[in-house]
Amino acid sequence: MKKLMSGNAALGEAAVLSGCTCYFGYPITPQNELTEYMAKRMGELGRVFIQSESEIAAINMVLGASVAGARAMTSSSSPGMSLKQEGISYLAADELPAVIVDMVRGGPGMGNISPAQSDYLQATRGGGHGDYKTIVLAPGSVQELTDVVPLAFDLADKYRNPVVILGDGMLGQMMEPVSFDDIKPPKEYPKDYILTGAKGRPARMVRSLLFDTKEEEEHNWKLVRKYQRMESSEVRYETYLTDDAEMIVVAYGIGARIVRGAIKRLRQENLKVGMIRPITVWPFPAAAIQEMAKTVHDFFVFEMCAGQMIEDVRLALAGKGHIHFYGRPGGIIPTPIELYRIIARHYYTAARRKK
Amino acid sequence: MTTKTIFSGFGGQGVLSMGFTLANAAMLEGKYVTYLPSYGVEVRGGTANCTVVVSDEEIASPVASEPEFVVAMNQPSFARFQSILQSGGLLCVNASLVNTASARSDIEVLAIPTSELAEKLGTIKVANMIMLGALIKASSIISFDAMIKNLAELLGEGRSKLIKLNREALETGFNYVKE
Repeated sequence: MKKLMSGNAALGEAAVLSGCTCYFGYPITPQNELTEYMAKRMGELGRVFIQSESEIAAINMVLGASVAGARAMTSSSSPGMSLKQEGISYLAADELPAVIVDMVRGGPGMGNISPAQSDYLQATRGGGHGDYKTIVLAPGSVQELTDVVPLAFDLADKYRNPVVILGDGMLGQMMEPVSFDDIKPPKEYPKDYILTGAKGRPARMVRSLLFDTKEEEEHNWKLVRKYQRMESSEVRYETYLTDDAEMIVVAYGIGARIVRGAIKRLRQENLKVGMIRPITVWPFPAAAIQEMAKTVHDFFVFEMCAGQMIEDVRLALAGKGHIHFYGRPGGIIPTPIELYRIIARHYYTAARRKK
Repeated sequence: MTTKTIFSGFGGQGVLSMGFTLANAAMLEGKYVTYLPSYGVEVRGGTANCTVVVSDEEIASPVASEPEFVVAMNQPSFARFQSILQSGGLLCVNASLVNTASARSDIEVLAIPTSELAEKLGTIKVANMIMLGALIKASSIISFDAMIKNLAELLGEGRSKLIKLNREALETGFNYVKE
């Protein structure tokens, strides 16, 4: 059965159904409905909900809950996510699972509360200090926002690493029909690292302070090997009309959805445009793009920012092909018609160049 | 077919619930639908609005830059949203509060005296449902039956008085609009 729900509320319900036992958050638009939903539902279920005194407190509460074995989550939006970065770095260093939701808004600074994609680099490059990575899931509809939640909790436990769900104000605020029929709690992993009191067993320690440089280096290489496993096993993406495409658009999240509308129009005029939509923006589907570059020369990157994912496309193409770009920063949401016009113009320019 | 509607008015006129009621009915009819409330900064007593997109296919964007339909429940909303209506689009205005003398000449205007009609039903609170009934008649976005069936789900099965009142309001608006 389907229900009409906002992305924020649907994500909250999916977290509840995924067995999230602890939620900590501090209010910020445009993700407040998630905190509101969790305040109601977690209380009903006798689980933990805390509206913390700050974003920094919330992420450190997540760390504390996770180290005690809880399935913990927090959420925020751009400026709040900046504050959480130190805690995320600690979670990664301590190898603790957590799910962190970011409903991105226009920036930098206080910016505004409109939807944006300008925190891509912060999310995909770790975001805090040190050599670390987080898996970043970037859904494009309320249903997908819901569907990635159990996956996020599972990946967090599987790799003992924080997982980020990267949405935006639009995904959080808009309502769409959503079904929870397929949301099942992910399996429980044996947690031999959690701090539960050392009665009857040797004491454990979870820490990121490693004064011995040799030890710290080994720890770093261990983390790197883990990130390499993620890169080889956890890349997720979707392709749309790429088989005969002469130009491939790379876009994610709500941006990809607008592109899809534009491509429908382009196809009506026989412009052979397709799309690859990364669902994990880290690890990035670089191999898939490399494969496409064997037959396609023109790649068109669209982002609701001044250009961040374009760096990953550039790295994936490694000098091959030609990259076109269109960006709308500041919380602007372009229409499918606007994108259709821009992509068509680039398509014709590329066709002329080929002749 | 894809239709985009903007509902607008004062906060408190039931503008968001109009949009939500339509969106939920469209979902029950098996259509693709998005509902996007305005969540930007607004002044107290200012305008509230939401956008509902109903379609037979996947919806690319929940934003309507050129909607087919606009519902304006007060004067500021009329002024703000008539300018973005498609040429040939339909503007449903609350004639009890809105002066339509400055309406664009390339659009159709449907004036519904919602306050007067609502008073006949005993409460001004259902003015929004009267307007929604009128919109459904004039637009055919969804079937009237789906809207009526939707009420029980939205209001709760046990709320028979409330369902009856809202049903009457929807019918009043629906019947007010001539073919």
